[in-house]
Amino acid sequence: MTKTDVKKPITEQLALPHIKYRKFKQTIFFALFRFAALINGTALAIILFFLLKNGYKAINWTFLTQPPIDSMTKGGILPCIVGTLYLSLGAIAISLPIGIASAIYLNEYAGSGRVLRIIRLGINNLAGVPSVVFGLFGLAFFVIYLKMGVSILAGALTLGLLSLPVIIGATEEALKTVPETYREASLGLGATKLQTIFRVVLPCAMPGILTGAILGISRAAGETAPIMFTAAVFFTPDLPSSIFDEIMALPYHIYVLSTAGTEIEATRPLQYGTSLVLIVLVFGMNLAAILLRARLRKRMHI
Amino acid sequence: MDADLKMSVKQLNFFYDKFKALENISLDFYAGHVTALIGPSGCGKSTFLRCLNRMNDLIPKSRVEGKILLDNEDIYDCAVNVATLRSRIGMVFQKPNPFPKTIFENVAYGLRVNGIKDKTLIADRVTESLNQAALWDEVKDRIYDSALELSGGQQQRLCIARALAIKPEVILMDEPASALDPIATQKIEELIHQLKKMFTIIIVTHNMQQAARVSDITAFFYMGKLIETDKTDTLFTRPKLKQTEDYITGRFG
Repeated sequence: MTKTDVKKPITEQLALPHIKYRKFKQTIFFALFRFAALINGTALAIILFFLLKNGYKAINWTFLTQPPIDSMTKGGILPCIVGTLYLSLGAIAISLPIGIASAIYLNEYAGSGRVLRIIRLGINNLAGVPSVVFGLFGLAFFVIYLKMGVSILAGALTLGLLSLPVIIGATEEALKTVPETYREASLGLGATKLQTIFRVVLPCAMPGILTGAILGISRAAGETAPIMFTAAVFFTPDLPSSIFDEIMALPYHIYVLSTAGTEIEATRPLQYGTSLVLIVLVFGMNLAAILLRARLRKRMHI
Repeated sequence: MDADLKMSVKQLNFFYDKFKALENISLDFYAGHVTALIGPSGCGKSTFLRCLNRMNDLIPKSRVEGKILLDNEDIYDCAVNVATLRSRIGMVFQKPNPFPKTIFENVAYGLRVNGIKDKTLIADRVTESLNQAALWDEVKDRIYDSALELSGGQQQRLCIARALAIKPEVILMDEPASALDPIATQKIEELIHQLKKMFTIIIVTHNMQQAARVSDITAFFYMGKLIETDKTDTLFTRPKLKQTEDYITGRFG
């Protein structure tokens, strides 16, 4: 090893190959990162292109407004669209209040302790439970034990449970971003902890919580396994009239058409068309939530 | 001291878990006077200030011994409602921390959480408080705009207005000007001068010139202990202890 000359600037003493090598390494890694980021966009683009190419012919007014006919080889998918909407909204109506309340407890009230660690462990593991297990649980608990039958209610409860960890996680993150100084300012003005949470903390965290709700609803809308035992049926041409009715749903309909239908090959366009509708529905819900979030942010003066 | 005794701290000890942050502090605060708490970083002056409105209750594993009397009643008595106490003892923080709400809503906040619903009363109190905080003329045309659009100095005066709106008896200020430029600092100091007629003010400051300018009484803290307290003039010109003299002349700390 050569001794470095303390008087010379360090840049003059760096070996030229070393400089070149560093630059090369940097270029390679940046390219890799960029490629990784591009994969995301490309994957989505390919999926959309594929669905559009194969499915656009199936989309027409009848398809969107009529029930299936002729052993589901013709007609529309209206009951499935309605079913998925009900299930998603039901799931979010159940999991959003419970999720937000849990996150508030964990982040604002609970100290550190063994009970808290166990609850956290529970939430993390809930997130890792496979969706088909949720489906079986829903069947055993809501459908059979609580005698709800195969119904919107049982399906929404099952999907709600499934999206709970996502919502708790997002809400906790959102609550953590609310500066401690806001809480101190509020308490310092004689507000109670509850007032502080409802008047300052939650409004500040709402955009972030909504992001969690978006993720939750997206996941719930597209799930097949949790609803196939609890809410969805093979075929029912009638729209539901109560929360105890069984329904058709888009993901399950796709599954049925492509694996158990009477004419799997002949209904390919219907399968792609249904998938396209499902994707558009989920995007639509996301878009609505994103717009709401943007409006909240604006109103909050952030 | 011939003035009215407002708050009285008696043999206060404060612990963060096992660490003793404040040791045996006894200090009186007088109505209509500004008391400055000075001392090097980590000497416990902010901790002490936060004991006075029980803000330290929020810190897990912290513990208080001794008594703090507000109008002869112990604020750490278990019958005391902490929220009510804090509406009697207002606080202004080191960094301006207006809520992400409108200017109006910031000042109205304390009134609303304390159960005041009368709209004209709220509007009147908001105007009055913004006036008291010498901010009204600058914001009167935009009180429904976001408070976050104000400059740092204006934000801090808004925080003072917010504290004034609920008519506290004591105002605690934790280095209220340390994040501000000299002109904004001067405005805050003038404001303190105006406000001391109506409130008991206790201010923590790093800046000894500021302590000398704004306060009537100064207390010097060092390593969790109250070293010396006296009238500000006396403390800065003829300190009794060498330690105090070393600090105020800048020989340490």
